[in-house]
Amino acid sequence: MLNASEILQTLRMIDQNKLDVRTITMGISLLECVPGPVEGLYDRVYDRIVRQAEQLVPTGEQIEREFGIPIVNKRISVTPAALLCAGADPVRLGRALDRAAKAVGVNFLGGFSALVHKAMTRADEALIRAIPETLATTDVVCSSVNVGTTKAGINMDAVRLMGEVIKEAAARTADQDGFACAKLVVFANAVEDNPFMAGAFHGVGEGDAAINVGVSGPGVVKAALEECRGEPFDVVAETIKRTAFKITRVGQLVAQEASRRLGVPFGIVDLSLAPTPTMGDSVAHILEEMGLEVTGTHGTTAALALLNDAVKKGGVMASSHVGGLSGAFIPVSEDIGMIQAANRGTLTLDKLEAMTCVCSVGLDMIAIPGDTPAETISAIIADEAAIGMINQKTTAVRIIPAPGKTVGDSVVFGGLLGEAPIIPVHRESSRDFIARGGRIPAPIHSLRN
Amino acid sequence: MKAVITVLGKDRTGIIASVSNLLYQHGVNILDITQTILSDMFTMIMLVEIGQDSEYNVVRDALLTLAGEMNLEIRVQRSDIFDAMHRI
Repeated sequence: MLNASEILQTLRMIDQNKLDVRTITMGISLLECVPGPVEGLYDRVYDRIVRQAEQLVPTGEQIEREFGIPIVNKRISVTPAALLCAGADPVRLGRALDRAAKAVGVNFLGGFSALVHKAMTRADEALIRAIPETLATTDVVCSSVNVGTTKAGINMDAVRLMGEVIKEAAARTADQDGFACAKLVVFANAVEDNPFMAGAFHGVGEGDAAINVGVSGPGVVKAALEECRGEPFDVVAETIKRTAFKITRVGQLVAQEASRRLGVPFGIVDLSLAPTPTMGDSVAHILEEMGLEVTGTHGTTAALALLNDAVKKGGVMASSHVGGLSGAFIPVSEDIGMIQAANRGTLTLDKLEAMTCVCSVGLDMIAIPGDTPAETISAIIADEAAIGMINQKTTAVRIIPAPGKTVGDSVVFGGLLGEAPIIPVHRESSRDFIARGGRIPAPIHSLRN
Repeated sequence: MKAVITVLGKDRTGIIASVSNLLYQHGVNILDITQTILSDMFTMIMLVEIGQDSEYNVVRDALLTLAGEMNLEIRVQRSDIFDAMHRI
């Protein structure tokens, strides 16, 4: 029957430690919209999304009321739009996606995407070149481009192009500190069932629709670790696992309820620790709780490796299907502890790159000087994609070259996207490296040292 | 459906009476109840059965109104969330 301490513990996690379900994301396949005249594509896409997701937001809100757990975001991911784009206008398609998302009341829609890890079709390239205009003229559409995989290698032509696209996206939204770039992710080994933005899309291996749920709860993990100060890492890992289990069970429950009520198959629970810019919801503060004075100092990579692994181990048993990105996110602007560490200069781009070797994604929400050349951004993408390719993990770059700003300034996006100090990049050129183009071959899968 | 009602607030007379009277008016059955005073804070946890799922919002809204009137914190949550988090 009633166990008062367990009930009060749950309430404490929700009220004081900001436990929440970060997102219910409905994946929707748009492939059925392709047959028919190109002119009607935009309406077919709009109708398909609105019909499928009509009840998503009210259902999410009712689940929130019944279980007493905040569900922060309700979102949609769709088939990578480049697959629909042959002969069509990508910008018009992006605007149709934007209208549909607003009609059903979700706060982001992901999938203005292209998968070009080996080569680009004409439609892929047209969509990629349309990303800056689309992101600058829509509000809730998010875009992602996969430029490399472990099996295919890295498409360096696409990497070069993405450097230019990011610069143009920033320039088109210069009055908002390059905000369009916050809605654009460049991936290696992108996953098909990620519920988190800006990188969510509904992969071609998915069904007509799916419910994917992303849990969160850095504050809960931090609070649990406060109880074991000075204990060895064995205790730290066990504590994180136990906490991650509880967090994930909430996600599983919400996912099953949403799936049942909406009549849409349950896809996965994504076990990621996703921070927000509010106090008490920081991944960096978990690392500091482990004994680091400031995130970014020596020991940070080891601390993050332990955290990332323990979160997965604890969460895997709590859910019937785990997927997405699953791990710890380190978005600089969205994490109050990361912002503080970057402001102190302890958290540098090079350290962040090292951290991406052991965390769930990559260089995320990092503001860099506005005059950073496109080829330097491409080179940053290439480095990150190489880490993903060799280590068989997802990596990503979501970087904002803030127009007119330089080191010492900061950018402010507000809300969940937060604010970030401009972090310096190396000034030495990578131009000739990026100018080569072509492909970096897929790596060998034995002799792994 | 089964729900857990948690009532927190400064101790005073009539808290249990008001909450249980409201539940009675809505036909909600109390299955279990535990109550304690923790450092002058009244803490009550009730396990209840709400007959119709459609009644949930009505009962919840009534309890939240009562919470405002009596300066209490009242939460209503389906019991599944506690089972999920604390039972394998």
